[in-house]
Amino acid sequence: MSGANDPYDPKEVAALSAENLDAAVQKAREAFAGAADLEALASVKPGHLGDRSPVLLARREIGALPPKAKAEAGKRVNEAQSAIKTAFDERHAVLQVERDERVLREESVDVTLPWDRFPRGARHPITTLAERIGDVFVAMGYEIAEGPELETEWFNFDALNFGKDHPARSMQDTFYIAPADSALVLRTHTSPVQARTLLDREPPVYIVCPGRTFRTDELDATHTPVFHQVEGLAVDKGLTMGHLKGTLDAFARAMFGEDSKTRLRPSFFPFTEPSAEVDVWFPEKKGGAGWVEWGGCGMVNPNVLRATGVDPDVYSGFAFGMGLERTLQFRNGLPDMRDMVEGDIRFTQPFGTEA
Amino acid sequence: MRIPVSWLVEHLGFDEVPTPDELADAFTRIGIEVEEVSPLGPVTGPIVAGRVVAIEELTEFKKPIRYCQVEVGPEQVNNIICGATNFVEGDSVVVALPGAVLPGGFEIAERKTYGRVSQGMICASDELGIGDDHSGILVLPTGTSQPGDDALELLGLTDTVIELAPTPDRGYAFSVRGLAREIACALDVPFGDPGVVEIPEAEGEVWPVHIEDRTGCSRFVARRVTGVDPTAPTPWWMRRRLMLAGMRSISLPVDITNYVMLELGQPLHAFDAASIQGALKVRRAVAGEKLTTLDDSVRALDPDDIVIADDSGVISLAGVMGGASTEVQDSSSDILLEAANWDPASIARTVRRHKLPSEAAKRFERTVDPALAPVALERAAKLLNHYAEGQIKPGRTDVGVPTLPEAVSMPIDLPDRVAGVRYARGVTARRLGQIGCQVSVTTSDDGQTIVTAVPPTWRADLVQPADLVEEVLRLEGYDTIPSTLPPAPAGRGLTEQQRRRRTVWRTLAEDGFVEVKPFPFIDPSVFDSFGLAADDIRRNTVGVLNPLEADKNVLATTLLPGLLETLQRNLARGAKDVALYNVAQVTLPRAQQVPVPSLGVDRRPTEAEVASLLAALPQQPLHVAGVLTGHRELAGWWGKGRIAEWSDAVEAARRVGQAYGVSLRVVASDLLPWHPGRCAELRVGDWPVGHAGELHPKVVEALGLPKRTVAFELDLDALPLDDHRPAPMVSAYPPVLLDVALVVDASVPVQSVSEVLGSSAGDLLEDIRLFDVYTGEQVGEGKKSLAYSLRFRAPDRTLTVEEATSARDAAVAAAGERLGAALRA
Repeated sequence: MSGANDPYDPKEVAALSAENLDAAVQKAREAFAGAADLEALASVKPGHLGDRSPVLLARREIGALPPKAKAEAGKRVNEAQSAIKTAFDERHAVLQVERDERVLREESVDVTLPWDRFPRGARHPITTLAERIGDVFVAMGYEIAEGPELETEWFNFDALNFGKDHPARSMQDTFYIAPADSALVLRTHTSPVQARTLLDREPPVYIVCPGRTFRTDELDATHTPVFHQVEGLAVDKGLTMGHLKGTLDAFARAMFGEDSKTRLRPSFFPFTEPSAEVDVWFPEKKGGAGWVEWGGCGMVNPNVLRATGVDPDVYSGFAFGMGLERTLQFRNGLPDMRDMVEGDIRFTQPFGTEA
Repeated sequence: MRIPVSWLVEHLGFDEVPTPDELADAFTRIGIEVEEVSPLGPVTGPIVAGRVVAIEELTEFKKPIRYCQVEVGPEQVNNIICGATNFVEGDSVVVALPGAVLPGGFEIAERKTYGRVSQGMICASDELGIGDDHSGILVLPTGTSQPGDDALELLGLTDTVIELAPTPDRGYAFSVRGLAREIACALDVPFGDPGVVEIPEAEGEVWPVHIEDRTGCSRFVARRVTGVDPTAPTPWWMRRRLMLAGMRSISLPVDITNYVMLELGQPLHAFDAASIQGALKVRRAVAGEKLTTLDDSVRALDPDDIVIADDSGVISLAGVMGGASTEVQDSSSDILLEAANWDPASIARTVRRHKLPSEAAKRFERTVDPALAPVALERAAKLLNHYAEGQIKPGRTDVGVPTLPEAVSMPIDLPDRVAGVRYARGVTARRLGQIGCQVSVTTSDDGQTIVTAVPPTWRADLVQPADLVEEVLRLEGYDTIPSTLPPAPAGRGLTEQQRRRRTVWRTLAEDGFVEVKPFPFIDPSVFDSFGLAADDIRRNTVGVLNPLEADKNVLATTLLPGLLETLQRNLARGAKDVALYNVAQVTLPRAQQVPVPSLGVDRRPTEAEVASLLAALPQQPLHVAGVLTGHRELAGWWGKGRIAEWSDAVEAARRVGQAYGVSLRVVASDLLPWHPGRCAELRVGDWPVGHAGELHPKVVEALGLPKRTVAFELDLDALPLDDHRPAPMVSAYPPVLLDVALVVDASVPVQSVSEVLGSSAGDLLEDIRLFDVYTGEQVGEGKKSLAYSLRFRAPDRTLTVEEATSARDAAVAAAGERLGAALRA
């Protein structure tokens, strides 16, 4: 709407009339709405917001108006221009969103394409198991000890109270090192590390030793001539078989879950007295929870302490040993031990680095 | 040891006999391992005693077949086909009649076979589930049955055999006597000791015997029975027990010695007295002496073997196996029975030497009750007297001095302290008494209560307090021991070396290598395939005396043979892209192999002795090795992938070094089995620690591997444990990036150029990276162009291009001076 027809404002400019400006705004809105994409919008923009657009041309006429009418016409032009700008911006925003969406849509791929660019690596499950067991005992304050695989008979047998010709020695199915009188063997168990540790350190001693061991068993589904054991040894003042039991129970819980526990059966090992076989309660046993033979243990034989310079009247100790292949076999339900030694990557790969 | 329950419980005063499973549980609880509980049978239906009336030999078949008429009841004769030939007309046999079911669900029915109708089966003992003897059918002693008698009852087919594996310290448990005593202790029931028999006064010696080696033989006892009826059969009950125990019936005298051994644990030997020439001598064999043993093998004797000899020479390998020349024959009627105590260690050595394990040796190795010899002889002589009408001569030879166990004393609460349990008062004394010890309790000067136990003669294993403690604990039950954690010690965690090894292990797996664990046994001929020179240090191996595979008889000095064999296995099974690694000890003989010192165990060895023990061991460093073949990056929808090449092996080796906290230098090398132009030596400083690269084409061909297989091997133990404590200063000022291309002779190793540039560009150089190598016309024959990008940065200011450029120019000048490098035009 225009203002009052002022007698002191004789001049009228048609371009600045409210009607014309409204029409320009309306046209611009229609043009913008009709633009289908950002390019079309850009092409119609100069006709409505460019220097030669109706509103900007109208603005040039303002100078000719008398002062009083100037302000009024200026306001009208500003409003019209602002309305067109707003219409443009709104349309531009809409089209930009549409454009962005389309681009993303066009760039989409099939994310289910296989991505196995690099062959998978894996640690051997025995390695991982040994590490886990080490961690369990390190958390209990133990340290990890090591020893060589080719060992003197003195460490493998003599120091562990195996009599020279006692059947216990021949029952170990030993690999002997040439020549016949070398007095060297491939260690039949990780127990020589007990003697090495006791020679090396003053009690208290709390160690575990995972390692590779050897016996002349033919390879089959449940035996392998090269296998792994983990040995534990604690020598301190006042250690009892109850402490041994408690340690084994804690070990069992760490390996097989909170419901697990151990059972001891009397047995014989030259280096422990009393000695026991360890059975473990395995809740996930195939065919239902039950006891599984796990390893051997006992109180360190005073003869072993004497041979390594520890006073058995002051110190006592316990020791235990488990087979890792066997542990892995029943823990994971592996039917054939040969798979653990043959090195077929199809066996090892599923274990990844931390199975 | 296999033992029928009926035999075991014969000596036990049960009100109500436990089930076999209860007995097995009791054995397990006190530490006698149960291998198997096998009920006999089940046998059902009509199984009867029969008498063979007539035998018709059918000759039209490939093997002997008999068509027999067997009386199986009053007025009832069945026709039965039988394939065995160890019986004659008139013999008593066991017949399974149609309708019977034998163990294994084997149903007997009337059926036509070998052209005849067979109305039943004449049984062998294994078919009835007693023993595993299938050498012929079971012939019953005459006069023990009538045709038609129920054989189930007659044969004792309702029994259970328990198979036990006593631990090697418990020699006494290899007998019915010992096992019954164990059950008596476990279940607190009365025990009637079959080892307690009255020994009549002897009237002089029965045979002259001289023990010349008192170490080898502590006691030798002999008894003589004459006028033995050589045709007397072994009674069925004895045969049955022998069979159930897994032994064959041979002849009455031999069966009796075996039976008494099973019952009491004392092995006996029966000589044909008529074949012995003169006095018996117990001595060690003389080198060169030979003996034909009962199994008809001629054995060359060792001067360490204990033997029994007569005037003719050696007649028995003492405690292990008798000789053929004095063996009891079908005609023997004059029998000299011998029972002795042999040195367990000597017996063990003889068994090993002659690979001749025997039931007797098994017991002697584990120590036989030194009081038992006369008892066992008395028992055997009486059986011979009873079943073969032999006359027991009044004399007895008993030479030597039995070694008896010595008293052991300990504080009476020691079992409590070892177990961590407070046992009821009197438990220790009661349990020690129960196993046969003479127990006395005293108070020491300092007021301690001391228990002293004189072990029974059969318990040579009880020599120290810990042995007594075990007896108390096991009989009270390990299940009464509480579960308590000891106070945690202050641990130090993993060592630096252990942590870094773990990182190595994990790094290779994360990098796509699969860990394998080949055995350390290798075939030395693999070094021929490797093309190694005759004097190559890796051929200097340690040998295994008794390898499982004869050709894999040495220990690996390098991990490559095992890895390559595993690679071959994977390829043979269809794998194409394979990356394997192994972390393991190798065994390297010392240049000067020193003998292992002989050390005792009665005290701690001195430091010098320990050192000499350790020095006698070969070195066993921990190695890591890897092999790669096929794609390092797989082909797929993204592209062709990338085949593994020499640089992947070098990179993997260097990654191992990084994981260990060490930067490995690379130097060109030429070491088999690597390709002479593609072999990198890896060094820490100037110290070589391993090799990496492509395998020699000839080696690849010899081993049947894919072309361009690559490998690395490092000595992990040679990597230093550098104290790795980085303290990086990170500048926030902008860098100046400059590229430079240098032309050098093709023979100049890139690493030298990189090192010179890196060390000559001054402190402002932050990073240097080779991004291109070019050879070709533009740089000329025998030259290569190396394009580096250098990143400079100052710690305290924005670096100017001029400063950076002058640093770069200094580096380029140094490279020019030292390596003849020129800026590329």
